[in-house]
Amino acid sequence: MNEFPLLTLVIWFPIIGGIAVLASGDRAAAISKWIALGFALLTFFVSLGLWTGFDSGTAQMQFVERAPWIPNFDVYYHLGVDGISMPLIILTTFITIFVIVAGWEVITYKPSHYMAAFLIMEGVMVGVFSALDAILFYVFWEAMLIPMFIIIGVWGGPNRVYATIKFFLYTFFGSVFMLVALIYMYFQADSFSILDFHDLQLGLTAQTLIFVAFLLAFAVKVPMFPVHTWLPDAHVEAPTGGSVILAAIMLKIGGYGFLRFSLPITPDASAALDWLIIALSLIAIVYIGFVALVQQDMKKLIAYSSIAHMGFVTLGFFIVFTILRNPAVAGGAVMGIEGGMVQMISHGFISGALFLCVGVLYDRVHSREIADYGGVINTMPWFGAFVVYFAMANAGLPGTSGFVGEVMVILATFRADFWWAFLAATTLILAAAFTLWMVKRVVFGEVKNEKVAALQDLNRREAFNLGALALAVLALGIWPAPLVEVMHASVDNLVAHASTCKLPASESGDCVLALPASMAGLTGQP
Amino acid sequence: MENVYLTIVLAPLLGAIVAGFFGGRIGRRGAHSVTIAGVGVSAALSLWVLTRFIWGDEPVFNQAVYTWMVSDGMRFEVGFLVDRLTALMMATVTFVSLMVHVYTIGYMADDEHNWPKGSLSGRNSYQRFFSYISLFTFSMLMLVMSNNFMQLFFGWEAVGLVSYLLIGFWSTRETAIFANLKAFIVNRVGDFGFILGIAAVAMYFNSMDYAEVFAAAPQHADTQVALFGGVSLMTLICVLLFIGAMGKSAQVPLHVWLPDSMEGPTPISALIHAATMVTAGVFMVARMSPLYELSEAALSFVLIVGATTALFMGLIGLVQNDIKRVVAYSTLSQLGYMVTALGASAYAAGIFHLMTHAFFKALLFLAAGSVIIAMHHDQDIRHMGGLRRYMPITWITALIGSLALIGFPAFSGFFSKDAIIEAVGHSHIFGAGYASLLLTIGVLVTALYSFRMYFLVFHGKPRMDEHTRHHLHETPWVVTLPLILLAIPSVVIGWIAVEPLLVTDWFNTGDWSPIQVAPGHDNLEPLRAHWHGEWAFVLHGMHMLPFYLAMGGLVFAALVWWLGFSIDPKLDEQIQSWGGPFTRVLQAKYGFDDFNQRVFAGGGRRLGTALWVSGDRILIDGAVVNGSANRVAWLAQRVRQLQTGYLYHYAIAMIVGLAGLLTIFVVL
Repeated sequence: MNEFPLLTLVIWFPIIGGIAVLASGDRAAAISKWIALGFALLTFFVSLGLWTGFDSGTAQMQFVERAPWIPNFDVYYHLGVDGISMPLIILTTFITIFVIVAGWEVITYKPSHYMAAFLIMEGVMVGVFSALDAILFYVFWEAMLIPMFIIIGVWGGPNRVYATIKFFLYTFFGSVFMLVALIYMYFQADSFSILDFHDLQLGLTAQTLIFVAFLLAFAVKVPMFPVHTWLPDAHVEAPTGGSVILAAIMLKIGGYGFLRFSLPITPDASAALDWLIIALSLIAIVYIGFVALVQQDMKKLIAYSSIAHMGFVTLGFFIVFTILRNPAVAGGAVMGIEGGMVQMISHGFISGALFLCVGVLYDRVHSREIADYGGVINTMPWFGAFVVYFAMANAGLPGTSGFVGEVMVILATFRADFWWAFLAATTLILAAAFTLWMVKRVVFGEVKNEKVAALQDLNRREAFNLGALALAVLALGIWPAPLVEVMHASVDNLVAHASTCKLPASESGDCVLALPASMAGLTGQP
Repeated sequence: MENVYLTIVLAPLLGAIVAGFFGGRIGRRGAHSVTIAGVGVSAALSLWVLTRFIWGDEPVFNQAVYTWMVSDGMRFEVGFLVDRLTALMMATVTFVSLMVHVYTIGYMADDEHNWPKGSLSGRNSYQRFFSYISLFTFSMLMLVMSNNFMQLFFGWEAVGLVSYLLIGFWSTRETAIFANLKAFIVNRVGDFGFILGIAAVAMYFNSMDYAEVFAAAPQHADTQVALFGGVSLMTLICVLLFIGAMGKSAQVPLHVWLPDSMEGPTPISALIHAATMVTAGVFMVARMSPLYELSEAALSFVLIVGATTALFMGLIGLVQNDIKRVVAYSTLSQLGYMVTALGASAYAAGIFHLMTHAFFKALLFLAAGSVIIAMHHDQDIRHMGGLRRYMPITWITALIGSLALIGFPAFSGFFSKDAIIEAVGHSHIFGAGYASLLLTIGVLVTALYSFRMYFLVFHGKPRMDEHTRHHLHETPWVVTLPLILLAIPSVVIGWIAVEPLLVTDWFNTGDWSPIQVAPGHDNLEPLRAHWHGEWAFVLHGMHMLPFYLAMGGLVFAALVWWLGFSIDPKLDEQIQSWGGPFTRVLQAKYGFDDFNQRVFAGGGRRLGTALWVSGDRILIDGAVVNGSANRVAWLAQRVRQLQTGYLYHYAIAMIVGLAGLLTIFVVL
């Protein structure tokens, strides 16, 4: 038990900030913006305490807080982080700063409400990443939809109603099944603690049903093929900040869910159905790669690119079982999961930056169509340099963060199967093609029209945003060791869980994974 | 020594950063001073290191600088391996780079004319150019000095990035931005194979470190992989890695990007697309010789691809009229020679040709650039002629470069090319006969296209317009000095280096030899056995077929494009029309570009559209997502009609329901 409730602070501080901003109102918009920025910055600095105080030598949950919430149903206010959730929390608090800054002048309609929505969103997302109680997790999980629904619905584009409803129904459809699964597990474990769920021994049928329920919830969030079609629509209609949060953080919650729930709670079902996830991941990489190529709308293109890159995340997570099943292959399982994790963090930076770049253009020209641009570099050379840089990162150039996760997943996938790696590696060609072709049509060339001729280069706020993200992309690209080291112990522990047969004794004959006896060595409850 | 090596690598990077980010503040003079200083330091130290390896007894350096990351027990490091092979590459790269830096001062002096009026993209373009070429030097050094596969890939992609930036340097020109996109994507096709090769190494060796992998390689000599119905692991790894080399070193069929890359400014054509970056694939295969020696199938593949490139790309050079494109096709052909040498296990000869070629091809490109400056950026050799009177230094140095290229006796290219042809002649692996034949014919082709260009440019009557001719003059000293400094090694380096590199087994340093050749594969052994000094080698070469072919080509070129052309200026076109379909095939570049454009670029777009429309829009969104919404709405519509609001409807329904239920209870 930690004496200082740091996680509570990181969750509730921005939410209180959001309420304060709301209270300050739009009449003093200038002040409310500064309040919002202050809260975002402070939250980020406070959240850095999670990093500096983190003990990477253990897989135990850290910064744990536990207090009864609804005692009649054993629901606790139970928080804690490990090496998997901590980097995602810092990504959340980091990205929120840029969202606030990006909305500074652009949002003229109820700016304080806009800022407040993002601050509340921030707290809720940190809550999702740090909740260790299933009900608390579910509450944060669903609460996340509300600010996003408002952000797209109020500040969105012309077709925002269709997009919000599609977004809401899609994600809500996924999560109700998850709730059923969580309640079922409560009756099995007599506890809502997620860590207690990790120690459950469930039959294969139960595991499979739970796995499918989780899959529906997480696959929609990631999003995986074929439940991805809400994402391009949501992005297109969302304001820039909404797109950034959506791409940089909300998608990661799906990936996080697989690691926190699916792999450790239902390892046997995961092992039995891993082919499905791998197939869908590879489809996401190849199919979506081709679809991204022909998009005419910049935001749609980046949205499809996100789906393809998230395919790497799920691929990295689920090749684990093939590697574990093959005794001839030594290692690779940990690298796959760590690669997926690095890919999530990196994608947070890169997709966030790319959506900010589109926002920069949209604010000036009010179009997202590629055909409306051309020769932007003639009037915005600094902006052009940033776009080329982030495009290269998106194409996975070594030295940028985009490379690290991608190469780890490819190396790990090769150990599982040559042809999977073959398909995954096509992203080297496809991502370069769709990203750089867009850059060629938008940034390079002669000035296409008068609107492009009238463009002004980045202002200081935009340059700050893109510059900070560029540094993050570079730092992670040339020295990923600090990030990877933080995850080691937790990922090792996760792989141990995933490689353990958790079927009850009566079904132990069906075990393809190691027998439950090895569960003694696992880290359960802190 | 670690500090020396770090300085060599980081000095150009520092120059690039200063010139790139502060170019506006330090001005042109500041930018070229700082980058030239950086590369100058790097070149001086590299030459010093090389001399230490030659005359001193410099130990092999193999150390990590820092750990990039550790995952799953595998260490990914950034580190340097400096042995004789590396030292030679470092010296070649930094020397040529330094020459190009100096040359650029002259070439880019009036770059503002290359940008649209009022465009901000041309702001500080001079400084930016220097920043890029220094960044390139850094990346190339990272590549050649790497001691592991991951850093090799980093350097590999980083030079690709700089190449992309520089081909598209004039970023407002449609041709330039088409060419750089094409170059990047075609290279990515190669890298696709390369990364899979690295993944195979990672899986079977569990290490990224060269020394560890090479040490463990013999144990895997007989390992089979269950792919394609069973293939040797070494063949798989070597072929996959070589696919990467085919992209970077522009081997058929991944060569298509190199001719287009000529859209970039000429200094980078010399540095990147002739002397250094495109030879990265050759260097890589030589570096991996301990692996390639374990797979004869992979060597055959390398040999055949290289020989095909050597002859057939040279042939296209015959019908080109753009001065830079002629040199570009020549580069493709010469890269083919180097690659063929690798396939014949004559790695040392390949590296030797890489080095001599770096000097004379950089020289030829820079000379071409000098001509282009004088011609006010007209690159068509049909518009030139008689330039020797106006630009004597360019003329003489270009002549030296051309002679070195065709392998004129005692010039540098003579030694390296003869060694390759001889080694391939001694090879007995599959495809060696084919390769030997193609390389020999290639000598004739090389002489033809080289001297066709040379005579059309420098001899005969001037054919440019009056205005251009009036302004013709020799280029400034910053341009001619690098020409002279490159011409010297183009003449002498072959003579100097042939014995150490090929005869005395210089690359073998006892406990660590960068180039390893399996006993049965040593096709340089006959050359070594019959070695009686450079003179004897030259005299011996003058009795061989390649010599006669080269001289024949030279004489034929002189007769046609010098004497004949001065009599009938339409002669060149006539010869081409005599070629008939043969010429048309060459002019269409064997149709590679059309094919790629239609099948891969067009096909990819069509496939994308088809998937998007049929998959995402019609099937998923149309049928499932909106479809289920519509079905719910339809159902709701129907159900709503049941609720009419009339009491008797409900009463009837209740009575019928009651009767139904009663029936069920009674019957059961």
